[in-house]
Amino acid sequence: MSNPQQLRYSKEHEWLSTADDGVSTVGITEFAANALGDVVYAQLPAVGDTVTAGETCGELESTKSVSDLYSPVTGEVTEANQDVVDDPSLVNSAPFEGGWLFKVRVAEEPKDLLSADEYTEFSGN
Amino acid sequence: MSNTSHTPAPEAAGPDAPRLTALDAVHRSLGATMTDFAGWDMPLRYASEREEHLAVRTKAGLFDLSHMGEITVTGSQAAEALDYALVGNIGSLAVGRARYTMICQEDGGILDDLIVYRLDTHGAPEFMVVANASNAQVVLDELTGRAADFDVEVRDDRDAYALLAVQGPRSPGILAQLTDADLAGLKYYAGLPGTVAGVPALIARTGYTGEDGFELFVEPRHAEGLWQALMAAGASAGLVPAGLSCRDTLRMEAGMPLYGQELTTGLTPFDAGLGRVVKFEKEGYFVGRTALEAAAERAESAPPRKLTGLVAEGRRVPRAGYPVVAGGQVVGHVTSGAPSPTLGRPIAMAYVDASHAAAGTAGVGVDIRGSIEPYEVVALPFYKRPK
Repeated sequence: MSNPQQLRYSKEHEWLSTADDGVSTVGITEFAANALGDVVYAQLPAVGDTVTAGETCGELESTKSVSDLYSPVTGEVTEANQDVVDDPSLVNSAPFEGGWLFKVRVAEEPKDLLSADEYTEFSGN
Repeated sequence: MSNTSHTPAPEAAGPDAPRLTALDAVHRSLGATMTDFAGWDMPLRYASEREEHLAVRTKAGLFDLSHMGEITVTGSQAAEALDYALVGNIGSLAVGRARYTMICQEDGGILDDLIVYRLDTHGAPEFMVVANASNAQVVLDELTGRAADFDVEVRDDRDAYALLAVQGPRSPGILAQLTDADLAGLKYYAGLPGTVAGVPALIARTGYTGEDGFELFVEPRHAEGLWQALMAAGASAGLVPAGLSCRDTLRMEAGMPLYGQELTTGLTPFDAGLGRVVKFEKEGYFVGRTALEAAAERAESAPPRKLTGLVAEGRRVPRAGYPVVAGGQVVGHVTSGAPSPTLGRPIAMAYVDASHAAAGTAGVGVDIRGSIEPYEVVALPFYKRPK
């Protein structure tokens, strides 16, 4: 698998797009999606919620486990991906594309987000 | 290939290293996600556990179950020893047949659930007891102790067998390509020695998926060749490698208990709704008899919690240990839960107070991390294969 170069990554295996008009898109990496197994339920933050970098803002359930979803940045949620709520398997089939999770108006970014190469080394994938 | 169950790869060596099955290299070459299971490194899934599950329901799946514990009991009093040690009527088992049974403590608590095959391959009484991987040592020690006063040999055969299972409606057609054994004459819960893909195998019509299927006990050195032969024979039928994750959802849909979840030393077979495996009519004392007679009476006069099925109305998945609630009270707890690929909704097995355990009972929910989700109470199993 390859981690798209234009994204940045958290050590909790979320990816973050470059802010476009101050709004970034958040998802989980292919590595994380594979580790979870088939995702069957996604609880995403609601529009208007304030999310905080490094804190939980939802959960992803797979056949075998429940995983907290962390936000890689601090800001206000502007959109949650209803397609993923309706069909959580998108997280597995297209983690970097149609399986994105939410959009956030970024107020503050932590300094320790990883580049694609750094994340590849960190995750071993 | 060499017998890897005896000689683990160097990087996995060491006292605490997980044990590897004879098919370890196959799993790795297939890119399996591996998991520790009872000290064994086992394939959890190869790609999507949902796809594997559905393949077993509609076509066929191939499992490596080499972590299961085989114990051979032989000698002139083998049947008597097993009748004393186990709760089932082993003496009445015909040669070539298998039986689901349990080994209990003196207090009636379940030590393990077992399948016992009567083989008598050398003209003398011979049984193979198959224990759960997590309990294999306990069962071996208990059987050895309980057999001490009988003319029997209890032999640890865990290293003597690899175990492959072909499960699913197309499994008879797949296996028939590789063996001359009379599969049509082989009944459910029966086993016969034969040759599969040129290697000696005990062919058993058993499984843990709710589907028709076969379990093949072979020498570990033959496991890889047999795996490849089965995959080749099953290619056009849609046979896929299947991991422990889908095995768990398959057995849950079929309402089959799992040791450590539905069955524990804290429960008797009667508490688990499996009192039928206890055969009081057999002659003589057996370990646990007195306590089990009391448990049977208790179950009759004052039903304890009952093992029942729950089907979610929503999409959130219940997990083992989650409280079952009704009217603001805790009325039970979940023992196993998962999204059911066949039903398309989450399901759970749960011990629920008898007052709320009947199918159709209204107002029952599961507390999923603080939020009460509505669940429908149903009779087990969730799924029965079409006859």
